[in-house]
Amino acid sequence: MAIFLNSDSKILVQGMTGSEGTKHTRRMVASGAQVVAGVTPGKAGQEVDGIPVFDDVAAAMSETGANVSVVFVPPRFAKAAVEEAVDAQIPLAVVITEGIPVHDTASFFQYARNADLTRIIGPNCPGIISPGQSNAGIIPADITQVGRIGLVSKSGTLTYQMMYELRDIGFSTCVGIGGDPIIGTTHIDCLAAFQDDPETDAIVMIGEIGGDAEERAAAFIEQYVDKPVVGYVAGFTAPEGKTMGHAGAIVSGSAGTAAAKQEALEAVGVKVGKTPSETADLMRKIMTR
Amino acid sequence: MDLFEYQAKYLFGEHEVPVVPGEVVTTPEMAAEVAGKIGTTVVVKAQVKTGGRGKAGGVKLATNPDEAANHAKNILGMDIKGHTVHRVLVTEAAEIADEYYVSFLLDRAERAFLAMASVEGGVEIEEVAATNPEALAKIRVDAIEGVDAARAAQIVEAANFPAEVAEQVAVVLQKLWDVMIREDATLVEVNPLVKTPDGTVLALDGKVTLDGNADYRHANHADLVDTSSIDPIELRARDLDLNYVKLDGEVGIVGNGAGLVMSTLDVVAYAGEDFGGVEPANFLDIGGGASAEVMANGLDIVLNDPSVRAVFVNVFGGITACDAVANGIVGALNMLAEKGESVTKPIVCRIDGNNAAEGRRILQEAEHDVIELVETMDGAARRVAELAGS
Repeated sequence: MAIFLNSDSKILVQGMTGSEGTKHTRRMVASGAQVVAGVTPGKAGQEVDGIPVFDDVAAAMSETGANVSVVFVPPRFAKAAVEEAVDAQIPLAVVITEGIPVHDTASFFQYARNADLTRIIGPNCPGIISPGQSNAGIIPADITQVGRIGLVSKSGTLTYQMMYELRDIGFSTCVGIGGDPIIGTTHIDCLAAFQDDPETDAIVMIGEIGGDAEERAAAFIEQYVDKPVVGYVAGFTAPEGKTMGHAGAIVSGSAGTAAAKQEALEAVGVKVGKTPSETADLMRKIMTR
Repeated sequence: MDLFEYQAKYLFGEHEVPVVPGEVVTTPEMAAEVAGKIGTTVVVKAQVKTGGRGKAGGVKLATNPDEAANHAKNILGMDIKGHTVHRVLVTEAAEIADEYYVSFLLDRAERAFLAMASVEGGVEIEEVAATNPEALAKIRVDAIEGVDAARAAQIVEAANFPAEVAEQVAVVLQKLWDVMIREDATLVEVNPLVKTPDGTVLALDGKVTLDGNADYRHANHADLVDTSSIDPIELRARDLDLNYVKLDGEVGIVGNGAGLVMSTLDVVAYAGEDFGGVEPANFLDIGGGASAEVMANGLDIVLNDPSVRAVFVNVFGGITACDAVANGIVGALNMLAEKGESVTKPIVCRIDGNNAAEGRRILQEAEHDVIELVETMDGAARRVAELAGS
């Protein structure tokens, strides 16, 4: 089980012949993921470490049975790459690429929404890992182990931090949904999937300033989630109007503050840690009681 | 990037959104000259990236060049909500029969765009939304379909624009959508959009936010960056391609990954409560795959900030290997020593994750007096707050 990604997942890498694509393909393979194909236009017939490269996603899928794409192509080609994956009807596309113009993301997300066959994770995200089963993206696999906590986070390094802090207990699936203003898979999508996943007992949700995704997640939790949820929100000290690294992490006016997000989560019974370690401790108490 | 009004109007002009003629100036003499050229009553408007300029006295009518110069003299240098006025826009004063509001923005929740329009313009739109929400029409705009004549007509109808301007407003909406798409904007707002007594529709003010991720396809956007209002340390960091934001505290921060660095700021501020209110001095994300060189540049920037009293290097090695990070720290200190800037500020390091043991060994063996290793993030935050507060 786990969510969105499991031991049946067969991964193709769009942009595998590029330096980032090759490096992370090797890391995914080393962590036990089934990487079955690469896609780079004009490079069909080549191989990377014995993995065949195809000209397009459709050919790679029909030849290898791939059902997950990990996208490493540069920002200016990302929109076309994702739309190609959607046209090929791949069930899951994980977009790692950082720096995609938001109009392009809005456009390929709408394209996928219209086709209604492809889930998009990202962009500007570390990907998704179901420890012991599969790993699609750049999340290091060796910092944690298999377990029954579900993790959803806007931030890559905070994902790693939390996986490492709770490595003794372990995770079913960890999803880095990305910090851009428009993302394909949201906190709510992951909360809903974790709620339905028999391999997940409790959920850690990591948010950050900007937008109102955490507030909406809180409303969703109140109505639909009865598994324990522990939260963390980054950005209490961020000043208004300054973008904190992620394009989406900006407080404008009274909207998007960390305090408002914490308040919304606590109002529906989600315990929110003051630091990542304190958050991990809150989860440890739940899992070991 | 938020634009000034005059920059927004320049982009409006490029995409045929109707605006009144005007020029931006930096001295009273130039204001007089522009007013003379325009030859009618003019408005002198402070150019700052914040609202409430009128209330602050930053927008004045002038009937002749001398008066324009006088207003410019008073407005230039004025402080409006913490923003110093360096430029004023001098434009023809349009006669106003009616004031409207229109905007396009990114709708994060819907993952689409949103058009907003109201026939009650000229006031703060947040106020309209709060007190009279039915007067503000909100129409979803599909990212692929965009705003064609039919969508523009739908927005006009939803907001109840009067029949005599309906067609003009619909055209303006399509032109503004051109600005949104062709300039890669995430916000295009006109408040007020006015009707003059002769029935012409004009954009009297403009607010545009551009998407920095799209800079590669807009060579002209680099000219819109206002370097005069950027902190000098931020400018230097920008030249080094570092993701840096200057803050007001005493603890310099270097970390990897936007989320972890944001979290580090919070944890330091939290720990600082026990040490006289010590706070972070900056945000600096050296990135997920940080090299030794990037670490060295980052430390150099932070250590050279005179308000920094102690530094916290907080790295979780996911993709980044901690030994590379440690080599970067040691390399940076050696490099600074060679330049004759020997480092005396304490540097508290917490490194964890990929190759952490090797990274810690490198830092220990370097035997630099200023480096102090602390095991946990919370512990390190406490220690650095203590050092900066003492």
